[in-house]
Amino acid sequence: MAAALINVPKKAKRGDVIEIKTLMSHIMETGFRHTATGELVPRDIITSFTCRYNGEEIFRADLFPAISANPFIAFFTTATESGTFEFSWIGDRGFSETASASIIVE
Amino acid sequence: MMKRETMDKPDRSTRRRFLKLTAGAAVLGAAPRAKATPAMMAAAIRDVTGAAAVRTGKVRLDVPPLVENGNTVSMTVSVTSPMTAEDHVRSIHVFVEKNPQPNVGNFVLGPRAGRAQISTRIRLADTQKVVAIARLSDGSFWSASVDVVVTLAACTEEVI
Repeated sequence: MAAALINVPKKAKRGDVIEIKTLMSHIMETGFRHTATGELVPRDIITSFTCRYNGEEIFRADLFPAISANPFIAFFTTATESGTFEFSWIGDRGFSETASASIIVE
Repeated sequence: MMKRETMDKPDRSTRRRFLKLTAGAAVLGAAPRAKATPAMMAAAIRDVTGAAAVRTGKVRLDVPPLVENGNTVSMTVSVTSPMTAEDHVRSIHVFVEKNPQPNVGNFVLGPRAGRAQISTRIRLADTQKVVAIARLSDGSFWSASVDVVVTLAACTEEVI
């Protein structure tokens, strides 16, 4: 399922601070909502997001039900070398998705 | 006629009583909706900061002061920091006062981030205060808070 949208600049100069934007398609059911019959809808959220740059973890986030559906997360990093960014989202009910993006650093 | 009226009266009163009771029950049924309190938020903040003092400043929390739809509220937290190996932001934590749960998110950065800034979209279940706290590499904590007015609250509606 191509559920992720990633925005990473294709090229950057060495030492540039670049912005990385990510969006993962997910319902992010809070676990606090009820059906019309009063039953609690069980929680189903992404709990953790990580980004690795050539294998090294550069950013991590713990998410809670207060994060909107289809979590959007944007952050910054310094472009040090050409390579790949690997993104991973882990959540309730065994949810696990990955995505990657490459960058050329001159 | 007279007799009918007197017979009607008790009927009406029981009907009224019944309506009152059912209305009361409906209110009771809807009442137990989880909601955090400012005290719970303070406890969640203490879980992160421990006994350390949290000072105001350095952190900038950008969130609209008036929100029409609490289901998606854009939020940006930025921290004034040189982001060097000696002096950088280790993590950013966001809390709210009156959602069912005080935690919103924890974001772990490092000196490689270059700029201590994160953006995301959050849910707000009520008009409330949003607090962002940054943990610096020297162990100090800095914070910023914004009061947000929400017209349509998140996560309280029923699922159909």
